[in-house]
Amino acid sequence: MRVNFTVNGRPQEADDVWEGESLLYVLRERLGLPGSKNACEQGECGSCTVRLDGVPVCSCLVAAGQVEGCEVVTVEGLADYAKQRAEQGGCATGACGTPLDAAKQWEARPSDSQTGEGTELSPIQQAFIDAGAVQCGFCTPGLLVAADEMLERNPTPTDADIREALSGNLCRCTGYEKIMDAVRLAAARQGEAV
Amino acid sequence: MDFLRPASWEEALAAKAEHPTAVPIAGGTDVMVEINFDHRRPEYLLDLNRIGELSEWEVGEESVRLGASVPYTRIMERLRGELPGLALASHTVASPQIRNRGGVGGNLGTASPAGDAHPALLAAGAEVEAESVRGSRLIPIDEFYTGVKRNALAADELIRAVHIKKADGPQQFSKVGTRNAMVIAVCAFGLALHPSSRTVRTGIGSAAPTPVRAKAAEEFLNAALEEGGFWDNGKIITPSVAKQFAELCSAACNPIDDVRGTASYRRHAVGIMARRTLTWTWESYRGTAASTEGVA
Repeated sequence: MRVNFTVNGRPQEADDVWEGESLLYVLRERLGLPGSKNACEQGECGSCTVRLDGVPVCSCLVAAGQVEGCEVVTVEGLADYAKQRAEQGGCATGACGTPLDAAKQWEARPSDSQTGEGTELSPIQQAFIDAGAVQCGFCTPGLLVAADEMLERNPTPTDADIREALSGNLCRCTGYEKIMDAVRLAAARQGEAV
Repeated sequence: MDFLRPASWEEALAAKAEHPTAVPIAGGTDVMVEINFDHRRPEYLLDLNRIGELSEWEVGEESVRLGASVPYTRIMERLRGELPGLALASHTVASPQIRNRGGVGGNLGTASPAGDAHPALLAAGAEVEAESVRGSRLIPIDEFYTGVKRNALAADELIRAVHIKKADGPQQFSKVGTRNAMVIAVCAFGLALHPSSRTVRTGIGSAAPTPVRAKAAEEFLNAALEEGGFWDNGKIITPSVAKQFAELCSAACNPIDDVRGTASYRRHAVGIMARRTLTWTWESYRGTAASTEGVA
């Protein structure tokens, strides 16, 4: 079957989609967006977290056919999404967003990288790098999407709020302390910017 | 596999009548796991996401008509006053990502003994609104669970909503697991005080082939509360009454040993949760009673 939906602000079409296929599979294998990670396939680990019509969900548990006409934001579009939110308080579909080709090429190169040619990161991405919250990096995309959504809803989270918002994302490297630091840092910077 | 996408409830009922083997999918948090792991290859998937009214609720005089797909997140945020037991149970469901998608209709459809909503529904008192092209019926929650992952739905029926009695007194929910998130209950317990009828109701999860009520424990406690005049005098529950209630709740279990816990642990833990939730709810009731007297 064919599925039409919006990914990172741009309309996309996925063809030859099997009826039992997950949104995660469509993103990774049909649209070439491997940022959302495939691990447990049962909603336990959160590494496939994306925003579906604004709400964080495990994309491995959404049937592809269910996203027809919906809006999805993946980690590849997070920097643009955060920028548009900061500048305009959101975005009308199609007017902005991240083109698929750009999203496929997307790499986290912070502006202070040695090459000098940085990519603009969302505040939460920059905070993860600055706080050393990334080790193997596999859980990072899901954590970024979940943390960014929490900060959008709750700009001044307590530690308990952060723990709860990230309770569906497993990390096996960091012990979570650096991740907590990163989210606190992003919240503090967000507060300063206002 | 065919993917059916009805645009209305009527279309969904017609599709289910035409294809009784169709598996309804709403949040997908159970169905997609089975498909991802190749445990299930349904001939038809029946997507209910386009049917907006399934995600709505109505607060009536005596009960809340909760649409089958109202996500747990919404229950926690919006229905804590009317449905405190279910709101507490909802908060223990998996993670924010899962609570954003899953709802009570799916819990009932799957009818796993470990479903987090069941003890709260049993304790509050509820009816499942099931509908097919033949018509609509209300199934009392006590008659809904018929076996391990089996329920009273006919092949052509879909769950439209759950009618849950609004709380008329304190309610509590307790769950045993290894952490506070992403846990399938080792066992769970729900308790609701119903001061208007001077009764208590219970619900036990993950400790029998189906979610069950501890009816003997309820009858014992109802009689003990009545006999001691507790509903009127608001005294603290006698420790021997709480102990006996806990033992009867343990006795209502019919658990198994499995990877999450042993049968004897489950029996023991249900007793502990019964005693604790009774204390919490009763202390809350006494508090309420005192403040009512204060303003009267």
